[in-house]
Amino acid sequence: MVFMLSAGLLFAEDQVQKANPPSQAEQVAPAQPAPTALPAPAPELKPDPSGANTGGAADVVGASANAPTTDDLKNLGPKEPLASKLADVIGHNRIAINIVWTLVCGFLVMFMQAGFAMAETGFTQAKNAGHTMAMNFMVYALGLLGYWLCGFAIQMGGVGNIASLSGGTGLLDGEFVVHLFGKDFGLFGTKGFFLSGVTYDAAIFAIFLFQMVFMDTTATIPTGSMAERWTFKSFVVYGFFISALVYPLYANWVWGGGWLSQLGKNFGLGHGHVDFAGSSVVHLTGGVAALAGAMVLGPRLGKYKADGTPNAIPGHHIPMAIVGCFILAFGWFGFNAGSSLAGGDLRIGVVATNTMLAGAAAAFSSMIYMWMRYGKPDISMTANGMLAGLVAITAPCAFVNSVSAVFIGAVAGILVCAGVFFVERVLKVDDPVGAISVHGINGAWGALSLGLFADGTYGDGLNGVAGTVKGLLHGDASQFIAQVIGTATNMIFVFIIMYVFFKVLNLIVPLRVDPELEVEGLDQAEVAVTAYPDFSIRRSHR
Amino acid sequence: MEEHMRKIEAIIKPFKLDEVKDALNAMGVQGMTVTEVKGFGRQKGHIELYRGAEYDISFIPKVKIEAVVAEGMVDKAVSTIQEKAKTGKIGDGKIFVYSMEQVVRIRTGETGETAI
Repeated sequence: MVFMLSAGLLFAEDQVQKANPPSQAEQVAPAQPAPTALPAPAPELKPDPSGANTGGAADVVGASANAPTTDDLKNLGPKEPLASKLADVIGHNRIAINIVWTLVCGFLVMFMQAGFAMAETGFTQAKNAGHTMAMNFMVYALGLLGYWLCGFAIQMGGVGNIASLSGGTGLLDGEFVVHLFGKDFGLFGTKGFFLSGVTYDAAIFAIFLFQMVFMDTTATIPTGSMAERWTFKSFVVYGFFISALVYPLYANWVWGGGWLSQLGKNFGLGHGHVDFAGSSVVHLTGGVAALAGAMVLGPRLGKYKADGTPNAIPGHHIPMAIVGCFILAFGWFGFNAGSSLAGGDLRIGVVATNTMLAGAAAAFSSMIYMWMRYGKPDISMTANGMLAGLVAITAPCAFVNSVSAVFIGAVAGILVCAGVFFVERVLKVDDPVGAISVHGINGAWGALSLGLFADGTYGDGLNGVAGTVKGLLHGDASQFIAQVIGTATNMIFVFIIMYVFFKVLNLIVPLRVDPELEVEGLDQAEVAVTAYPDFSIRRSHR
Repeated sequence: MEEHMRKIEAIIKPFKLDEVKDALNAMGVQGMTVTEVKGFGRQKGHIELYRGAEYDISFIPKVKIEAVVAEGMVDKAVSTIQEKAKTGKIGDGKIFVYSMEQVVRIRTGETGETAI
């Protein structure tokens, strides 16, 4: 970030960008009103901590196909005083539905932490179960605090008015921008540190909660690939680093009004890099960070034979892992459908159904792949397969039809198996739970698949570009190019920053536990709790 | 006259335990001690598959039955165990027979065959 700041100073002064187009705007009639065009009286936007003044007559504009326009409200209002008052109630209710939807979906995504905890712990050894659970538990608390400190401000501080949530979201109007080639490149937001000052607003708090649980999904992905050998104290430092800085930067570029979202407006590349719910922003970031971490950390003792061929180290509790995957699949409805940020945007029916279809297709294709290749429908890989399908559909879920969703999922199910073997046998990176393949490889596939299969039925006006989102197969090759740029940027940026971070951190706070501890199990030494004290367990898999 | 007792130790497949126990009970064996054990014989464990990679299970779970019987019952007890624990497949286990010098019932102090 330091080098970016200096680059910014070279090329431009800090600039506040007013009225950024919302990144995940509720689909509305094409003429979406800018905040300044709202009807009077709206003298100055003020934070609304109580929520009592959030949502009003102005929010009925664009709410449905035949909703009153701003002019209607202004011209007809005086003649129909009761209708004006009712419009205020209707607008308030509309925003209330959207905020309740956003919050409830955020609660579902928060519960995915339990799914991650169970999946990761089930796929690892009994002797480290307390430690793996502890990482999955504390990443929630650490990540939340890091995001509160500055992560949210960096990500969303310049997003501008989010039409579906209204309230004070327009106060998130500070984006640090550099000017290059005569274009604006938004790099990070500047409003909302400590979620204080003008961001003490009911709608902004709701969007904080929703965005925070997404960030935490990213943060918990590397705990799987780095499980069973990572020191807890270096994990704590990591928890703050990724939540306060790395995730928020890329998320700003895609969802916060930053430069990747503006590739369409600035360079005519589709609607810019589009990612409905986070195949790239959440999962690719987590998968790439998981790869960097597992590379720096090295494989678990005994994972590879002297000749480099891998040993299996079976997970100790497959039923726990499978339940974890089911919890994740359940939470995913909040993840994807919630990303409309609007219960009144009825595209959520398509979003939720595409989500479940892709997960099912991926579970089926990975089952068939393992069955044909190894003679058994390996349930642990099949569970990874369902997650891979969910990861892949996360970006395109709102923009594709059901056939595309099934195809995207089916490809993801094959990719995840091939990816696990590639990471294990070719890269020689030890990933106990398959996180790199599930989230990294399929995060990239999901972001790219949007650029192929988006069918032009949704996303009108997204990222300030008129028209709906169309992929390569539906006539807009430039959308695919934007997806390639967004995906490549993520892989390069996240890999470099996380690899350097882990290398430097390793010099200050060693990442790797002592070999004796690793053989013995991390529970007592690292987190002072033995997961299964009443059972005599195998000390080692051999 | 000196009494003769024998200890029978049988390593069997865990799922055969109930069948063997019932048969021994029916023929008059009064008690037994059972332990969950792990081990290998001539087949040297077996290979399992996890996420496409093979790994060795060197020690396979078995159940060890220990029972002490009077000399006259030994042959019948051994053949009962052999009959009931047999599947015909590799890994059915083994039966060992030891001579037993003394048995004491702790509660009453009885010794020998009456203590079995």
